[in-house]
Amino acid sequence: MTPLTWKKLCALADIPALGSRVVERASGGNIAVFRTSDDAVFAVLDACPHKQGPLSQGIVHGHKVTCPLHGQNIDLESGHVVAPDTGCTRRFNARVDNGEVWLEL
Amino acid sequence: MSKQRLVLIGNGMAGVRTLEELLKLAPEMYDITVFGAEPHGNYNRILLSPVLAGEMTVPDIMLNDLDWYREHGITLHVGKKVTQIDRVRRQVIADDGTTAGYDRLLIATGSKPFILPIPGNDLPGVIGYRDIADTQAMIDTSNTHRHAVVIGAGLLGLEAANGLKLRGMDVTVVHLGEWIMERQLDKQAADMLQASLEAKGLKFLLPKQTEMLIAAPDGRVGAIRFKDGSEIPADLVVMAAGIRPDAALAEAAGIHCNRGIVVNDTMQTYDPRVYAVGECANHRGTAYGLVAPLFDQAKVCANHLANFGIGRYQGSVTSTKLKVTGIDVFSAGDFIGTPETEEIVLHDRSGGVYKKLVLAKDKLVGAVMYGDTVDGGWYFQLLREGKSIEELRDHLMFGQSYAQSHLGDTGHAGNTMAATMPDEAQVCGCNGVCKGTIVKAIKENGLFSLDEVKKHTKAASSCGSCSGLVEQILASTLGGAYQAVDRTNKALCGCTEHGHGAVRQAIREHHLLSIPAVMEHLAWQTPNGCATCRPALNYYLISSWPHEAIDDPQSRFINERAHANIQKDGTYSVIPQMMGGVTTPAELKRIAEVAEKYNVPTVKVTGGQRIDLLGIKKADLPKVWADLGMPSGHAYGKSIRTVKTCVGDEHCRFGTQSSMSMGIALEKMLFAMWSPHKVKLAVSGCPRNCAEAGIKDVGVIGVDSGWELYVGGNGGIKTEVAQFFCKVTTRDEVMEYAGAFLQLYREEGWYLERTVHWLERVGLDGVRKQVLDNAERRRELHERLLYSLQGAVDPWAARQQGPAHREFEPIKFFDKVPA
Repeated sequence: MTPLTWKKLCALADIPALGSRVVERASGGNIAVFRTSDDAVFAVLDACPHKQGPLSQGIVHGHKVTCPLHGQNIDLESGHVVAPDTGCTRRFNARVDNGEVWLEL
Repeated sequence: MSKQRLVLIGNGMAGVRTLEELLKLAPEMYDITVFGAEPHGNYNRILLSPVLAGEMTVPDIMLNDLDWYREHGITLHVGKKVTQIDRVRRQVIADDGTTAGYDRLLIATGSKPFILPIPGNDLPGVIGYRDIADTQAMIDTSNTHRHAVVIGAGLLGLEAANGLKLRGMDVTVVHLGEWIMERQLDKQAADMLQASLEAKGLKFLLPKQTEMLIAAPDGRVGAIRFKDGSEIPADLVVMAAGIRPDAALAEAAGIHCNRGIVVNDTMQTYDPRVYAVGECANHRGTAYGLVAPLFDQAKVCANHLANFGIGRYQGSVTSTKLKVTGIDVFSAGDFIGTPETEEIVLHDRSGGVYKKLVLAKDKLVGAVMYGDTVDGGWYFQLLREGKSIEELRDHLMFGQSYAQSHLGDTGHAGNTMAATMPDEAQVCGCNGVCKGTIVKAIKENGLFSLDEVKKHTKAASSCGSCSGLVEQILASTLGGAYQAVDRTNKALCGCTEHGHGAVRQAIREHHLLSIPAVMEHLAWQTPNGCATCRPALNYYLISSWPHEAIDDPQSRFINERAHANIQKDGTYSVIPQMMGGVTTPAELKRIAEVAEKYNVPTVKVTGGQRIDLLGIKKADLPKVWADLGMPSGHAYGKSIRTVKTCVGDEHCRFGTQSSMSMGIALEKMLFAMWSPHKVKLAVSGCPRNCAEAGIKDVGVIGVDSGWELYVGGNGGIKTEVAQFFCKVTTRDEVMEYAGAFLQLYREEGWYLERTVHWLERVGLDGVRKQVLDNAERRRELHERLLYSLQGAVDPWAARQQGPAHREFEPIKFFDKVPA
């Protein structure tokens, strides 16, 4: 397996605050990259563990996103679904450096 | 800076609930220490009766086990009774010498049973009924002894008597009053309850005053003697003649007490560092013994402890809904009545049903029910809201479903059948949740509110039509612990204490123009709200201050952000504008070409007479819109959806009016109108009403002499027939009256409230007064609608290029990303 490396994604300004962008991949599924109100970035697999809803399309609040299909809340820091619902989506390391968003893939 | 120290004395429901609320608001603010005299975690005291009756066990009724305290970093001292509060050194001292210093102290010592001041009250075998130890003592005694006497025929006494009877004891209930449960029932209901308990083998002596308890040769209590000289055997005496707030500890510390620890509206005692909640507290002269008020107090107290200081406890109106040995009784308000009140009574002795409603003029002020209490919650709601029941009066006695079937049941009311439903019966059709699952979740997780049930079971969390039924299941499962939410003042969501009305008023009065401004002004408790409050705030802003407030796309649900409807697989549907359901061959050709070009898997005609292209990828949306060359049909928003029309007099041999052109004119006027919820209209050209105007938010029906307007119809979850609004003569009048009605709805309706539910809340009469009786007001409303829709642009055209286009573009780096 290829070791993980950091890749430059886009400028922070390319992601709206409290919004997201979708990163398309050739395989393994799309990744949703979120920017929260404190300008932190988070990346998780763009599929809700409940019924694979595209999390990138949800409303972002705090460090959480609400899935647009059935309203489950996903904690972006851990990828865990907020209780009392259960489940977990894969998360990826993301960071902001000098106004640029980097993703570890 | 080190954390502040919070000490809680009393590890019971009120105190721990306060901690839970506090941890939600400010999880890191305090180092928390809890002292509990009992050797357990926090348990649900209300469920001690089922434990005594052998229906539940002690582990079943635990609310917070020891792990919960550990997880939250709370130091817990169980089995240690605090004996002194040293307010000078700010520390508490327990009976084993443990001390703990505090910056803030919370007293939740609850209450203790009132022990009659009679000789023999300290004999072994004489107990109160308060905690797990008492319950265990009763269970143990039932295995070894025969005669039990319960002093006091209140709820607690009757539950104790019932439990002891089920455990095989011979039980006599002794009561000082004229009838049993006189605080909760009138004489008729009490007599019926007593007769049915007697039929189950309980014995009653009343009115009877106890003189003394007599010891048996083994030193244990053996008999009870009354003032009239009679005597009966008693191996176990349970004192259930009332409770007294346990304020001794506070009183000894010099804190002002008067039948409880006196607290203000923020639950602070006369020492502002010291708070008191629950049964030990006296708020405005009342010490509450029911769980619902305690939870209200906990919320306010936690809010103040967290330094928010925006909550005030202003007392609670309480109702009693109880299940005594399987018999339902309910009471609320002034159920005895006064010379000024009137009564409606239904009394069926052999049927075992008794209901009395007490009315003062046109308001319900009290209710007592025996045997059939399914409508208790509804009566309590009417009582608390103080609504006029004039229109309901004829049917009031027969309950919610009957009374409202005569008025048109508006709102998401449930059927009155929760208690009789089998466990496997489905309650929530959207999420497939059956009654048993809900009951189990309520019991196992200690749930008390509709919101909690929604979160844990998903029941009532989609369309909401079963909310009423879920509330009834809560009520029948929890009994007296359940209190229905007051819908008129309900907080918008967990991020705030404020309700919809208050939020909108603040936006208007203080000219707030952005979501951050609202959150700051109203001291929101979360940094940027949640998926429930942000869309509501966004709507209130843009509807209150059109052309001024900031419309935040990130606070809109995805459908309104992408201007298309998200589907289960993450693709979108596209419905172009087709005003009045009228199209042209050229448009149809373009739609067909787009459907082929983008391999649209499904093309469907909608219920609103439009054409839907389903299965389009988000990235293709701007290209699809450009190729269609048609404006957005707004089929995705909390907005104007469609104006459905019949062909009308242009073709139809029965037609009396031009419904197609009327519908198109209305749809043009309302283009891009955002509203609290979706809005659907229909125009029919004659009373045959082929456009189904009777189930629309605004229905227009052409008649020979003009147009009839109907409002508040709904064809969805629960079919609601629109109510007749007015009759007008000209097309301009149709535009003005319909426009004014919709603008009033836009200004007054709560977010996600359809017209039918708004009308149910505010009353059609008030709307008639503003729109029909007051011509000036009507014109103003219509003008405000036109002003806010002025210059509305087609969102599809606006998103084909420019900054908003970015919403639809994915970031691709296939070549650089390893697979």
